Amino acid sequence: MLGIKQADAGMPDTGIYFQWGDFLIQFGNLVVIATMVVLFILALVIPFPHGKTRK
Amino acid sequence: MTADRGPVSAAEDGEARFSTWTGKTRGWALRRLPPDKLLPEGQPSYVSSWIYVFGMGAVAAFVYILGSGAVLALNGPTWFHVSGLGRFINSTHLWSVELFFMFMVIHLWGKFWMAAWRGGRALTWITGMLAFVVSIVTAFTGYLLQTNFDSQWIAFQAKDALNAVGVGAWFNVADLGQILMWHITLLPLAVAVVVALHVVLVRMHGVVPPLEAATSDAQLRSAAPIPAVDGEDMK
Repeated sequence: MLGIKQADAGMPDTGIYFQWGDFLIQFGNLVVIATMVVLFILALVIPFPHGKTRK
Repeated sequence: MTADRGPVSAAEDGEARFSTWTGKTRGWALRRLPPDKLLPEGQPSYVSSWIYVFGMGAVAAFVYILGSGAVLALNGPTWFHVSGLGRFINSTHLWSVELFFMFMVIHLWGKFWMAAWRGGRALTWITGMLAFVVSIVTAFTGYLLQTNFDSQWIAFQAKDALNAVGVGAWFNVADLGQILMWHITLLPLAVAVVVALHVVLVRMHGVVPPLEAATSDAQLRSAAPIPAVDGEDMK
């Protein structure tokens, strides 16, 4: 229209969405939630390095 | 007020007793949070697990948020639109917030599944939840300060909700100056105070042991016994 691209005008990208029935989630939010779940599981199963002797 | 009475008198058990309000406050604080509990040399063996690092990870992210936020605030709310360095600082400010919330949520999951409110730690749990809620409000005001169409869209969606609950006149999301002040002064201060209180409470009560731990609380049992009546020294 005025030669201004959407990104230049600060317009947010519409993004990628996934929908299962009534459940709708944006791709970025899904990545954040999945990352947290993975980190939580890894924190439970990966052994903690033992540096100094603890009481 | 008695002039002939010294500020400190010897107690029956030889422990220093206090008569002034400052001395009594010091005595109360030292008994509830002695230096070896405030800044411990070690932690119980059950703390040697990655699930225990996310709370301090959130604190580390919060420290970076405060530092990058100070740089952004000192340069004004539009600086990051016109400066390469500003855009970088603004991006790291956002990503440290993402890390702050991710670490805080994992910390919340870990503490929920080990019922971390056990052993008189209810106030620790409550301050943690309070820190989460105040942080959400702080992050919300940050999204309003992007000064782009995204922040405009968020503001004009949020104003309807805030007007519906009757606070829109005092917390006006369409007022950039007001939201800027909330975001760089009151709300970060509130998060910092609640997080500091949360950490102090963790130091006072010790890190919560796992549910399967045989001992109920090794750290507390090894520390000096706390008198049954908290206000004993205030008499």
